[in-house]
Amino acid sequence: MRRLYQLALGVFLVVSASASFAVSPDEILSDPKLEMRARTIAAQLRCLVCQNQSIDDSDASLARDLRLLVREKLNEGLSDAQVLWASPALALIGGGGAVWWNLRRRRAALSAGATLTEEERRQLSALGANGWSQDQSPSAD
Amino acid sequence: MIVELGHFALALALAVAFAQSIIPFTGARLNDVALMRVARPSAIAQFLLVAFSYGALTYAHIVSDFSLVNVIENSHSMKPFIYKISGVWGNHEGSMLLWVLVLSFCGALVALFSATLSDKLRADALSVQSLISAAFLLFILLTSNPFARISPAPWEGRDLNPILQDPGLAIHPPLLYLGYVGFSIVFSFAAAALISGRIDAAWARVVRPWTLLAWIALTLGIAMGSYWAYYTLGWGGFWFWDPVENASLMPWLAGTALLHSAAVMEKREALKIWTLFLSILAFSLSLLGTFLVRSGVLTSVHSFASDPERGVFILAILIFFIGGALALFALRAGALPVGGLFAPISREGALVVNNLLLSVICATVVIGTLYPLALEALTGEKISVGAPFFNGVLMPIALPLALLMPIGQMLPWKRGDLSAALTRLRVAFLIGVIALAVFFASYGAPYLSVITASIALYLIVGGLSDLFQRITFRNNDLRAILMRLSHVPLSALGASIAHAGVGVTLLGLAATGWGVESVIAMAPLKAYQVGPYQLMIEEITPRQGPNYSEIYAQMSVQKQGVTLGRIEPAKRFYQTRKMARSEAGILTIGLGQIYAAIGESHPDGTLDARLYYKPLVTLIWIGALIMAFGGACSLADRRVRIGVARRSIALKSGEAAT
Repeated sequence: MRRLYQLALGVFLVVSASASFAVSPDEILSDPKLEMRARTIAAQLRCLVCQNQSIDDSDASLARDLRLLVREKLNEGLSDAQVLWASPALALIGGGGAVWWNLRRRRAALSAGATLTEEERRQLSALGANGWSQDQSPSAD
Repeated sequence: MIVELGHFALALALAVAFAQSIIPFTGARLNDVALMRVARPSAIAQFLLVAFSYGALTYAHIVSDFSLVNVIENSHSMKPFIYKISGVWGNHEGSMLLWVLVLSFCGALVALFSATLSDKLRADALSVQSLISAAFLLFILLTSNPFARISPAPWEGRDLNPILQDPGLAIHPPLLYLGYVGFSIVFSFAAAALISGRIDAAWARVVRPWTLLAWIALTLGIAMGSYWAYYTLGWGGFWFWDPVENASLMPWLAGTALLHSAAVMEKREALKIWTLFLSILAFSLSLLGTFLVRSGVLTSVHSFASDPERGVFILAILIFFIGGALALFALRAGALPVGGLFAPISREGALVVNNLLLSVICATVVIGTLYPLALEALTGEKISVGAPFFNGVLMPIALPLALLMPIGQMLPWKRGDLSAALTRLRVAFLIGVIALAVFFASYGAPYLSVITASIALYLIVGGLSDLFQRITFRNNDLRAILMRLSHVPLSALGASIAHAGVGVTLLGLAATGWGVESVIAMAPLKAYQVGPYQLMIEEITPRQGPNYSEIYAQMSVQKQGVTLGRIEPAKRFYQTRKMARSEAGILTIGLGQIYAAIGESHPDGTLDARLYYKPLVTLIWIGALIMAFGGACSLADRRVRIGVARRSIALKSGEAAT
């Protein structure tokens, strides 16, 4: 139950926000799916002024205001939050892609190194280089 | 008079900083050694001037000179002496002055410990370093003058914010700033390398000790700050994913990545461009953090817009240095030669994965911190991004990283054998699996805690496995083991210890899921069960402190009738600021803690209290200390020690093998 509460508080923290809100008289949302989620969240949020009741159970005016707040935020804000939640995955895919692309380029550089002309090989060994570590081609590291 | 001298010294420091950023740089372009050598004495002079100025402000605080606005607003004649000293940096102006003090201190360190550097590299690096100093000195003098006087002077000051009147504040900011600002050295060396177009393993050898030093200080500073928040804020948490906290975590993550990529560069001349980029990034994130904390943008984007003087100034500094460095990077990095090649399964490959994951974590923290600001600026909508986002998103990245850490340690450079590395880790895997079964059987839930704690134990054992296998071999008497231990390179020893430290911290974090919280109205002389312990209020008494009055509850902590100790959670009231603050009562039992904070008292004699049992919680900070100790071991390695870069190159053939 404590975990549920933490989770609910968490959801509330992400979804909820400012103290300023336009109170809508109609509590039920038109989208039934969204209303379902609002109910679930409200059932998990503890009412601040009454003992052992969730804001979904409570008749207190504060609980009503909180219910409205949850619905309002569900209505407007969630698509934004999804962008936020997807960002690490995007960063991971982007970064992973960059690494992969770079490794491929290195491989290409390696196979290019294998097709050096005899003249280039002699120049390289004259430089005391061990093949590719001194490759002077201007490419990304 | 001393105050005026301090103000004057600050202005003089600005002049020196400008000279230092122009003359050696010009010398480096003209190949004029005399001009280049202006860098060292001027860096030291700059530091002495700022230190004098800082000393003057401290003096004004100590003697309670209430003709200074800064002293009036942040001090009180009855304030304890230690807070008169630490109160100097407990406010905007003073903390900016500390920032510049640490910045010029770093410059002076480079000047003193760079005998082995080429004149050109030193001149360029110190020029860049000094340009940063100049920008921030200008910022202080124009927008945040700590030496502003007021007439007539009042008789008494307004006291320091009570939350800041704590020994934690005396240690936390200087350490944190040393870490934050320490990355400026690395930044300056990166800029110098880009300007001259020369970057090689020797450069990495110069930069690595500075990175380590900054990283150690930042690790300790963050841990200290988190413990301070834990015991002063009285809500039982130690990390809130607050933007101010994230501001210090971002450079730490980038710095940790840099530490690892610099190792690759030093050993194998690979990842050069990436290392340069991270060098720029670590300090850029420090600057970003400074902007977030110091501009007031966090309170509200709109309050920032309505009183923009300071914010815009720091934003300009931020854009100039980050933009300048990145532009230089874009222009020059492409021309750098490509480094050594390596197979995907190799130490280098593992470190690339390490860098990828750390960068993703870092990017996530940056996005999570800036997203609400951007959203508010663009749409006016306010959202708060907190623990659910960061924990939910970072754990799936951090846990695989923890799994990979010991494997990376086991892989050799260039080309490795994965199955051989995994075989060497079989003990660690076994312990991890046993832990998983034991934790699951004894706790069951939360799953995240069970999994994290098992991975943490695997990481501790796995991190130390490399070390253990190095020192145990056929002949295992104590002398032979000690003999082999003395031959383990300190940097490898440091890596093992630091990795185990990460595991220890992770274990402490995992155990938070098994804590017990109880929010109740406590009646005196009645025992309340909190986890395996009973807490009882013995008496509630008022008490008078130097600049506050408090009500404290003496509580006994018992287990099966045996009193283990007493705690005194208190509610303090600071008269001058009319502010209350709770002082938690904490009893450490083994590695866990009993934590109590008290609130309102009721007419029926009960007292609102929040009681926590936090198993293994101290491991969170002990792990950070172990990490820092590991860093210090690496720093003590003669190949990494500050200032020996050149010498060790000369000795390379003999030393590198040990």
